[in-house]
Amino acid sequence: MPRGTSYKPRRRGAYTHGQAAAASLFLLPNLALVGLFLLVPLVLAFVISTQKLGSLGSPQYIGIDNFITLFRDTIFWETVWNTAVFTIFTVPVGMVIGLGVALLLNSVLPGRTLYRSIIFLPLVISGVATGVLGSWMFDQYNGFFNKFLHAIGITGPAWQSDGKWAMISLILVTLWQRVGFDMLIYLAGLQGISPDLLEAAKIDGSSAWQRLRHVTVPLLGPSTFFLLIMNIIYSFQVFDTVWALTRGGPDFSTTTVVTYAYREAFDDHGPQQLGYGAAVGVFIYLITLAITVIQWRFSRTRDEAG
Amino acid sequence: MAILTPAYTPGARNVRRRARGRFFGLRLSLAIVITLVMVFPLYWMIMTAVSPRADLYQSGLHLWPSHWTWDNFTLPIKQFPVWQWFRNSAVITIAVTVITVIANLLAGYAFAKLRFRGRNALFLLLLSTMMIPVQAIMVPQFRLSIDLGLFGNLWAVILPESATVFGIFLARQFFLAVPDELIEAARSDGAGQLRIFVSIVLPLCKPLIAVLTLLTMLSEWNSFAWPLVVLFGNDQLFTLPIGMVTDLQGQYTSNYGALMAMNLLMIAPMVILFVAFQRFFVQGLARSGLK
Repeated sequence: MPRGTSYKPRRRGAYTHGQAAAASLFLLPNLALVGLFLLVPLVLAFVISTQKLGSLGSPQYIGIDNFITLFRDTIFWETVWNTAVFTIFTVPVGMVIGLGVALLLNSVLPGRTLYRSIIFLPLVISGVATGVLGSWMFDQYNGFFNKFLHAIGITGPAWQSDGKWAMISLILVTLWQRVGFDMLIYLAGLQGISPDLLEAAKIDGSSAWQRLRHVTVPLLGPSTFFLLIMNIIYSFQVFDTVWALTRGGPDFSTTTVVTYAYREAFDDHGPQQLGYGAAVGVFIYLITLAITVIQWRFSRTRDEAG
Repeated sequence: MAILTPAYTPGARNVRRRARGRFFGLRLSLAIVITLVMVFPLYWMIMTAVSPRADLYQSGLHLWPSHWTWDNFTLPIKQFPVWQWFRNSAVITIAVTVITVIANLLAGYAFAKLRFRGRNALFLLLLSTMMIPVQAIMVPQFRLSIDLGLFGNLWAVILPESATVFGIFLARQFFLAVPDELIEAARSDGAGQLRIFVSIVLPLCKPLIAVLTLLTMLSEWNSFAWPLVVLFGNDQLFTLPIGMVTDLQGQYTSNYGALMAMNLLMIAPMVILFVAFQRFFVQGLARSGLK
């Protein structure tokens, strides 16, 4: 903590007391909102996950039955698999493209500010709008992609009725939306690298590839780590794009875990399987928590090392 | 952090001339191709939105509308309460932004400049709520909204969505850079904490307020999962994304012109904000997680 610690010890008693009173007032609005709408529901999520609960009628305690059902639920494991596939293909691929684009647009080019802005633009467009747009571009009858493929003599795939292709369309749409973020963070990282360092490596006779591999990429480590965590969490929690693009279909082939939680609790049966939906929610929370803990551990090690 | 506006240093001219030499043509064409690929879907959306419906089902690839039409806008606006959805989106966005920004600024200041017992523990507790996904808590939140009597009006979206800690961290970092001497001086003149905060500290933090406001507006205008759960079944309360997914996608299953027109309406406010305040968006998103 850089500056804040230099308060005057002589005033300690009255001063800290006054500050504590002020602090509680300053914190009250945020704590009240977070307590009521995040922490209380989080605790209740664990409680409800042990209940059989529909929107009507009273809850019935069933212990860990929801979780037993969950672990025997083959559709649930399919959604876990889908989430893994989606994450594996969106996160590293997006980061590599983002790094490439950042390197390209960090070099001197006429109009690079404009290119950056345009690549960044999908980031302010909602997941729903992106999904709806994707559903049109990938429409298997009249969409752009299949018309384009047809024009060059290829029969386009069944983006809607074939689960595998539906997943590919979801991944492509997501990459379009997210690559600007990867670019942005890498551009910020690149600007923190001293040109002298690269110049020195050049004078030492290293090739452009060697400089990228041994100077630039290692120095971008913090950006990479940050992007990795943010992107994994984002991919793990993706919902709006999925819902607008495929509704999780065909069948469950693009249903991710969070989409499954929504489908089970609210959509497929109306608000009936609330207890089961809450159990999926608890699973999601535990995974998110694990990712966050990993992030903390690693950033602490990094801070101590640096 | 001037990411989108390159800064030219005195030596940059030479560097530029030298850098231009290597693969300049290749790099430039690559940059242009990537940009075109990225912008093409947006072009396709606009093109579809102003094309007559028959154009969509033509065989072959047509990159230009046969003639220009507004039908794709007027049809859904006639059939659904689209302007009501627009208004709901705006009301929710503005309300959430006001509440969130004020709450986060106050809390960020407390963590940066006020001393109290349990400060670090509380900070960690709030930090831990940052990544809770809606889907993990939507069932209890849904029950809670009913119990609190929020269900069936826009507060059911506004209050839970205002419960966010994201801005606290940005605010805290910004306030840490405000000199303690300034606050000390105001204190010895007898000003209270709130007065110091409002009349001394906040005026120094306009960029912070701009970033927080814009990022909150962006995320709220685009918010989807929780509104979908809690606004379900009453289309007078829908926001634009909910109306799009629940009503429009159901009605216009193959009339993509109408969907693209409404998509344009939905993204327009944020695109305009982005063009107008790009610098703040970029700064905010770049800093949002970096230390």
